[in-house]
Amino acid sequence: MIIGSIAIIALAALLAPWLHRWLGWRAGYVLALAPAAGFVYYARELMGVAEGRALVSTLEWLPELGVSLGFRVDGLSMLFCLLITGIGTFVLMYATPYMKDYALRGRFFSYLLGFMGSMLGLVVADNVILLFIFWELTSITSYLLIGFDHDRLAARKAALQALLTTGLGGLALLAGLILLATAAGTYEISRMGPISGDHPLYVGALVCILAGCFTKSAQFPFHYWLPNAMEAPSPVSAFLHSSTMVKAGVFLLAKLNPIMGETALWDTLLVGFGGFTMLFAAYLATRKTELKPVLAYSTVSSLGIITMLIGVGGTYGTLAAMGYLFAHALFKAALFLIAGIVVHATHEKNTEKLGGLARAMPFTALAAVVAGLSLAGAPPMLGFVGKELLLKAGLGSANAIPAIAIASVTGVAAALTVMAAFVVVWKPFFGRKPEHAGHAHDDAANNDDASNDHGHHGHGDHAPHEAPFTMWIGPITLGVLTILGALLPVYFVDAVVKSAAHDVLHNAAAIEPVARTVYEGTSLAAFDMLYISTPLLISLGALAVGLVLYVLRKPYRATTELLAPIDRVGPLRMYHWALDGVVALAKRQTRFLQNGSLPIYLRFVVTAMLVLVGVALLRTGGLGTLRNDLDDLGIVEGILVLMMIAAAYATTRQRSRLATIAILGIVGYAVALIFVLFGAPDVSMTQFAVETLTVVLFVLVVYHLPRFALFSNRATRLMDALIASVAGLAVGALVLASSAETSIAPISWYFNEHAYPAEGDPAGRHYAYGRNLVNVILVDFRSMDTLGEITVLGIAAIGVFTLLRLRPDREPFAEPTGAATFGADEPDHKRASQGEGERPHREGSA
Amino acid sequence: MDLLVASPILLHLTAGLLCVVAWKSVPAQRVISIVAALLGPLVAGLLLVTVHNSGPQTAALAGWPAPYGIVLVGDAVSVIMVALVAVVGLAVVVYAMGALDKPRERAGYHPLIHLLLTAVNGAFLSGDVFNMYVWFEVMLLASFVLITLGGTRGQLEGAIKYVTLNLLSSVLFLSAIGLLYGIVGTLNLADIAVKLPLVDAPGLKAVIAMLFLVAFGIKAALFPFFFWLPASYHTPPPAIIAVFAGVLTKVGIYSILRVFTLCFPQQLAEFADVFVWIAGFTMVVGVLGAAAQFEMRRILAFHSVSQVGYMFMGIAIAGVCLAQLAIDPAGDEQTGVLRQAAVVAVAGTMIFMLHHGVVKMNLFFISGIVMKLRGTAELKHLGDLYRTHPMLSLLFMVTAMSLAGIPVLSGFWAKLVLVRAGLDAGAWWLVGAALFVGSLTLFSMVKIWAEAFWKTTPADADKALAAHDESQGGPVPGVEPRAGQGANLTLMTIPAAALTVLAVAMGVGIAPIYRAAERAGEAVMNPDQYIEAVLDAEYLERLDEHRAALGLPPRRGGATVVAEADPTPSPEDPS
Repeated sequence: MIIGSIAIIALAALLAPWLHRWLGWRAGYVLALAPAAGFVYYARELMGVAEGRALVSTLEWLPELGVSLGFRVDGLSMLFCLLITGIGTFVLMYATPYMKDYALRGRFFSYLLGFMGSMLGLVVADNVILLFIFWELTSITSYLLIGFDHDRLAARKAALQALLTTGLGGLALLAGLILLATAAGTYEISRMGPISGDHPLYVGALVCILAGCFTKSAQFPFHYWLPNAMEAPSPVSAFLHSSTMVKAGVFLLAKLNPIMGETALWDTLLVGFGGFTMLFAAYLATRKTELKPVLAYSTVSSLGIITMLIGVGGTYGTLAAMGYLFAHALFKAALFLIAGIVVHATHEKNTEKLGGLARAMPFTALAAVVAGLSLAGAPPMLGFVGKELLLKAGLGSANAIPAIAIASVTGVAAALTVMAAFVVVWKPFFGRKPEHAGHAHDDAANNDDASNDHGHHGHGDHAPHEAPFTMWIGPITLGVLTILGALLPVYFVDAVVKSAAHDVLHNAAAIEPVARTVYEGTSLAAFDMLYISTPLLISLGALAVGLVLYVLRKPYRATTELLAPIDRVGPLRMYHWALDGVVALAKRQTRFLQNGSLPIYLRFVVTAMLVLVGVALLRTGGLGTLRNDLDDLGIVEGILVLMMIAAAYATTRQRSRLATIAILGIVGYAVALIFVLFGAPDVSMTQFAVETLTVVLFVLVVYHLPRFALFSNRATRLMDALIASVAGLAVGALVLASSAETSIAPISWYFNEHAYPAEGDPAGRHYAYGRNLVNVILVDFRSMDTLGEITVLGIAAIGVFTLLRLRPDREPFAEPTGAATFGADEPDHKRASQGEGERPHREGSA
Repeated sequence: MDLLVASPILLHLTAGLLCVVAWKSVPAQRVISIVAALLGPLVAGLLLVTVHNSGPQTAALAGWPAPYGIVLVGDAVSVIMVALVAVVGLAVVVYAMGALDKPRERAGYHPLIHLLLTAVNGAFLSGDVFNMYVWFEVMLLASFVLITLGGTRGQLEGAIKYVTLNLLSSVLFLSAIGLLYGIVGTLNLADIAVKLPLVDAPGLKAVIAMLFLVAFGIKAALFPFFFWLPASYHTPPPAIIAVFAGVLTKVGIYSILRVFTLCFPQQLAEFADVFVWIAGFTMVVGVLGAAAQFEMRRILAFHSVSQVGYMFMGIAIAGVCLAQLAIDPAGDEQTGVLRQAAVVAVAGTMIFMLHHGVVKMNLFFISGIVMKLRGTAELKHLGDLYRTHPMLSLLFMVTAMSLAGIPVLSGFWAKLVLVRAGLDAGAWWLVGAALFVGSLTLFSMVKIWAEAFWKTTPADADKALAAHDESQGGPVPGVEPRAGQGANLTLMTIPAAALTVLAVAMGVGIAPIYRAAERAGEAVMNPDQYIEAVLDAEYLERLDEHRAALGLPPRRGGATVVAEADPTPSPEDPS
């Protein structure tokens, strides 16, 4: 059934384009049934899971590598399942009218549902590799969704940025998960026991896993991609970039908390990065004026809170983490959906130019108020409860990081968030609308910028109007849930949050159902929080400060503008710097290595070979004995060798092709003579024939070609001479060493004995029946070689034939070389532009 | 002699020769070509099953027994390669019928392709090092003629670089064979494997191993020998280059795997750090090369270099394991982990070769379709394909993501297995490089996607194209079939779609593929089975006696060699 819930969503994803063809834009409503079915399934299983009976389902996949289709829904996974399917249903309903005017909306729903299925798989996977598989799939579907408005460069760039950032983190995660599984001895999370910080793989696994989680959940310094991902249509922002996908990182942190969370390193890193992200992003949120960027930074801030809380740990910390996570998913999804409605209706996303929308859009405004209060952490919303628990946890923290620091940082971040809540809710719906900003079109750039958020362009009339029912019902329901959750925490929310928190504290490896009573004394009810205590005072103080900041937002923004230069060295800069750096490095490397010059390639290859041979000799202590019976060589051999050396040298000095080939012929004939001297007349005959033929053919061919052009300078030629000489001497030494080694008799005796029957041979022996040993080897013992060589000749014949017959000037021919030129192996154009005139014959230039 | 082992060679050889006989009739060639291509997977499948069920299959050619005559050996490693060749052959023959222009098809495309496949199968199945060299020569010449087929200026320029560097490889290969024959007096691989440890010439053996490494490294396009690949892969039509991308570089990798694990395991262990460096540099340099390119086929060509690095990485990790086992041959728990890691690493190499053969070929197929549609593969002139060609977009996206190692496609598993083996072996930096390169691969694939598929076609693309044509001396003839004229797009799309499905299927159904690859890994790490299948027991017994007389430990495949390995190589370096 767990697989079924994923499969039905995957099926919907596959069918989405076809459904859109048959049913038109309303197909989205039908598709919403898939996550709705999933929601019903998980809701029905909720109580059982809350009582400690996890849903389990396992299928084998690749047991050799520990990979299985192992699914397990515990309290933590259940919380996410409900969020994904529940919010997912609303988002699909919302997206249906929202995407009505988009051309390729069938594909949009495909990607969105594909993402939903992947996300669901991620949170129910028990096998770490399976989890990683879904993790990567969320990255890819997210890429397709962010870049959905693919005509715009900004959307494509943002999609790439998100993909690269989370993708790089994902790869680190893969390594981290494998290390974790190696350390734990199992790939199933539910079977992993706590891993001690002393384990040799612990730190490596931790760093890699945190890299994955922090990039996915947009923790500093990887937070930059999330605000840019707001290029995606609003339903995507609401679903992926606030309520679900970005929570994958904190989900995994929570999941691994009972396994890896026992160490001070874990606590410190999570609290440190989470706390800083919370504060920094809350500050950045207050500096933005457009709806979605404010919400995006506030999301980053919230993710920081959750990360920090997982690090703080303990009963309060964990409960706060889960409570806040739950509340945040609800109200932030609602706020993004509302932002989408506002932009859709007004074609304006700058809050300073919006105001008074409450009258035209009463339902949306209601939803906005509820969700905004929750964001601000005002009682009696669930957001308030989350923040109270957070402060309690912070004050009660027994960690390396002082409690007072956590509490004060949280207080500041809370105040900044309150201001952000006013900016996104109060200003557009109840604020005063500036008179001159009636037409968004005044600001051409802004309008262009805003065009991604509404499908239809060129409407003359921008009078704000209420959105259709299916668009505002989601935000209202989600918003109301954040009140109900806080007022009536006994049933639904209580079960969800507490059982999730339980599973964050205890892994299944040490499960005992009674442990669930640990929260007996704690309450999630807002009323229980409303007694005079330090957390409440901080909370109220934050509300007041936030309100003041909102009222004074103009001078505030002017002041913070002074800090703007910091952005120039921020992580986003680092991203661009790294990306540009890689591309620049790539270009430089290509120019250096793949520069199109064959002589340089040859130089590289031969030098590398010499280096490798040198390394081999250095490590093994040299070649050993060389053959030293060279005194036997006579004067004739000496003359032949000198002739060859002289001829070889002469070829390098020649400018005429004809002469070069004739001189090369000398080398060949000399080799043939050596064969004669050493008693191999038939080999020598062959060599003579081949040499003669080669020279004749070459002469015929090269007759029409120009002389060699000389491109190299003296230094290059000297270097080449050095490389060639060293290579030649090395091969010479090798031959001497090799022929000195005679401990094993060669197999050639066999050919001798089996070539032709002789007197005294044992009976039953097979023969090749040929007296010429070389011939017998060629046509019998090693006939396959000969077959191959004949094939080579045949192919050469075809090659010559086609080269002569098929030339572009004779017959129209598809010119396959690519269009314009860049870098590698395009020396002709470079040369031409350098004014060297005639096409160079590089192959002969050395 | 067992005909089954020889049949992958004979099948394509026969087809190639029949195509030459039917030179005048392209339809007849097509029939021969497609029949042989269809029989390919059948024969390969049969061989695969036979080897799985009854162990390595051998054929002593011309009836002369090993080590004197030439033997063909089909073991768990080579049958996987032959299976890949069969898939590649079938796909490319179908694709070429839709894609290739008539003049080129008339000029001997079909015979050349089949002779190329003959040679590749020959190299995979040969159990004789000189016979391997011969197949390398056939392969080199067939591929050279294919690259020049059509004789355009760019093709010839690429082909010159291709053939020069590959001839250098041949020379080194031949020199290494000569030197090796000088010390062991035999050419049969199994015989070499048994006799080489009997020779006490560590320096010479190491140098010969290095010469083999360079010779095969050039074929495989490893760093720093890869130059011919990016220089030539973008010049011929995709119907030709796709088959190169599918199998050619793998011959180099296969040969390194075969020769080093069978004949030079000691050198593999001793120079594991060199292997690791080469693997790392090949991956990084290749992927960076791709990052600088803006033409689809050039990007793909550089990625081939990078991915050869991954294939080589498996061998390097196996070397690291052997090196560590040599330092500490004690039978503790770690030994088992390292042995298994070596097997998994080789399995990773095998899976990567299968995956890459299918996926890279398909990407070249798709680039060919794009070129037929738009007349160019230059990213800055492309755009809008996402809107106009949804099916092509889907095929590209799935295949490209597979190349980038995104789950649950074939490339993911290939990467996962290698990463897993690398972590088990403690090759941290190599794994780190592999993962980083993975993200840059994703970057390149997404670059093609965003530029060719997502963005709007630049308004001046046609003008720019025309200007470019003008600078090339008039309109380029290949640009004409912009509306698919002269090409059968359906025939081109069918193999592309089939390979895309295959990439998905290989991902979802990884288990049987992994098992086959793991068997290959075990076969490679325990070469006794191979040796005993090739050489008869009596002969081996005599050699073993000789071995004992020399005071060497008994032969037990890779294990012995490891035990006698010099414990000097630096312990920490390999990572």
